[in-house]
Amino acid sequence: MNEILQVLKDPQTQAMLRTQVVQHLVLSLTSVLLATLVAVPAGIWLTRHERLASPVLTVVSLVQTLPSIALLAFMIPFMGIGSAPAITALFLYALLPILRNTYTGIQGVDPAARESARGMGMTDRQMLFMVELPLAFRVIMSGIRVSTVMIIGWATLAAFVGAGGLGDMVLMGFSMVSTGHIIAGGVPVTLMALLADYGLGRLERAATPAGLRVSEGGH
Amino acid sequence: MVRFEHVSKTYAGGHKAVDDLNLEIERGEFVCFIGPSGCGKTTTMKMINRLHEPTAGTISVNGKDIMQFDPVELRRSIGYVIQQIGLFPHMTIAQNVELVPKLLGWDAARRKSRVDELMPMVGLDPEEYRDRYPKELSGGQQQRIGVIRALAAEPELILMDEPFGALDPITRESLQDELKRLQAKLKKTIVFVTHDMDEALKLADRIVIMKDGKVHQVATPDELLRHPKDEFVAQFVGRDRLAAAPELLSVSEVMIRRPVTVDPDHGLAEAVVTMKKRRVNSLLVTDENDRLLGLVTANELKNVQRGTVASVMRTSFPVTTPDARLQEAFEQMFLAHLEFLPVVDTDGILVGLVTSTTMVDALSRALWTDGEAS
Ligand SMILES: Nc1ncnc2c1ncn2[C@@H]1O[C@H](COP(=O)(O)OP(=O)(O)O)[C@@H](O)[C@H]1O
Ligand SMILES: [Mg+2]
Repeated sequence: MNEILQVLKDPQTQAMLRTQVVQHLVLSLTSVLLATLVAVPAGIWLTRHERLASPVLTVVSLVQTLPSIALLAFMIPFMGIGSAPAITALFLYALLPILRNTYTGIQGVDPAARESARGMGMTDRQMLFMVELPLAFRVIMSGIRVSTVMIIGWATLAAFVGAGGLGDMVLMGFSMVSTGHIIAGGVPVTLMALLADYGLGRLERAATPAGLRVSEGGH
Repeated sequence: MVRFEHVSKTYAGGHKAVDDLNLEIERGEFVCFIGPSGCGKTTTMKMINRLHEPTAGTISVNGKDIMQFDPVELRRSIGYVIQQIGLFPHMTIAQNVELVPKLLGWDAARRKSRVDELMPMVGLDPEEYRDRYPKELSGGQQQRIGVIRALAAEPELILMDEPFGALDPITRESLQDELKRLQAKLKKTIVFVTHDMDEALKLADRIVIMKDGKVHQVATPDELLRHPKDEFVAQFVGRDRLAAAPELLSVSEVMIRRPVTVDPDHGLAEAVVTMKKRRVNSLLVTDENDRLLGLVTANELKNVQRGTVASVMRTSFPVTTPDARLQEAFEQMFLAHLEFLPVVDTDGILVGLVTSTTMVDALSRALWTDGEAS
């Protein structure tokens, strides 16, 4: 305990922590944002190309099974070190939950809603934006939330390829055999993950149209 | 209003769901399609708004081939109601109702006044329900919204696929009444698919009976009850409904199916024993193939002791057929002073027997059912 307080009191460490928190957030959020930009349209596309859905989802889940350190190391020959390989690797990890939830979310739209939309004369675009996306919104958002929480954790490893973030503090702790530094780097990661989970959860509920909020009020 | 000319639909798997269908639906007419499950009713309906496209033949709406419309515009000009209701759960009732007007670019004020005009037509107060969500309404209320949603953009033609099929009987009846009232007022052309004959008889101006992708019979409800084209239609219309109109019953529906018979080479004494045992006063004489040869009555046997049935039987007497009207059979019996009529098919094979008793039974059953229903 003492050791931690000592580490935290040191103004130089404080300055380092502040930069690392910012770096960590930038790394994580950039990866998740990019993954969202790719996976949501890709998920929509898969619902229009059913036959490709299963193979594509399988390939994307394979990425998840690669050990993160291995994936990061694998990036180095192609992209060198720094944020680029880190963001690329994190982006690849973030894809699956968003892709899968977008696909299943849209798949799960009540066929009756879809049929009446079509029968009432909606175009494909209108069907997507007025019916499918609003109805799949919750599921897609929860995919993004899962990805964000996971990526904030894994961004710690970005330090291995010199991308900075709170992983630097943890690595420093390892090399100095200082539990204080390890904890000073690790705890903010956990806090950020919890905050992201809470915040995105709130956002998800706030943005869900009233007509879809079923579970509230508890049934 | 809608014309089908040699329309067929073969699905990708090769299944021919609709087969050379011809039909003309008049403006303002309420037409019900009915038939066994899988006979092609839904397919036929969905071809009208091009949710399915015919693989042969032409469908025209207002004289124009539907393939020349833009499908999206065609659909916006035709109301559509489905059994699963299909309200959008994330939209309010008002947003659901005004959807097609919105797609058509009506301004907000016009849409709102349309919603406020439509909701009272199905007994829902706009002030109270406008901003609610579908899940806050009962199934019956939801389908009322489904119906006015289809009316919103003032289409001339409305397609309804078993719209009340999922509702409980009481709600269903009241929606049927409301729809009938709306139709009387608005004079829309309505194509309505159902599997409920009561519903079809109640709502339709004309009923289209479909079987195996073909139009089997087209008739007004009254004609259908009076002249079902064949046994299939009669079955479909239902015995109890025909029985409710006893003059429409056919002989086959009331006849005794196993009358007491005797071989022509039986002795007379034996014939008398059979009559006593079975408590009948006449026997029908048939050969080994059930072909009707003649008949003997107890009266005739009284004075003869010897010989075979064949030697004394009558060979000339009135008979009737299974699909003859019960009423005709009754007149025939009455005129000939008979108490029964053998029923034979076209090959002369004995298939049953109607007696004055069976007729009275059928009649009283019909009256009793009638009394119960009213
Ligand atoms: N999309 C489809 N693909 C292949 N076959 C279909 C499709 N829709 C319906 N069918 C078949 O076509 C026949 C008629 O179906 P449908 O029009 O739905 O009948 P109904 O509405 O009278 O019950 C059925 O045998 C059904 O299995
Ligand atoms: Mg059907």
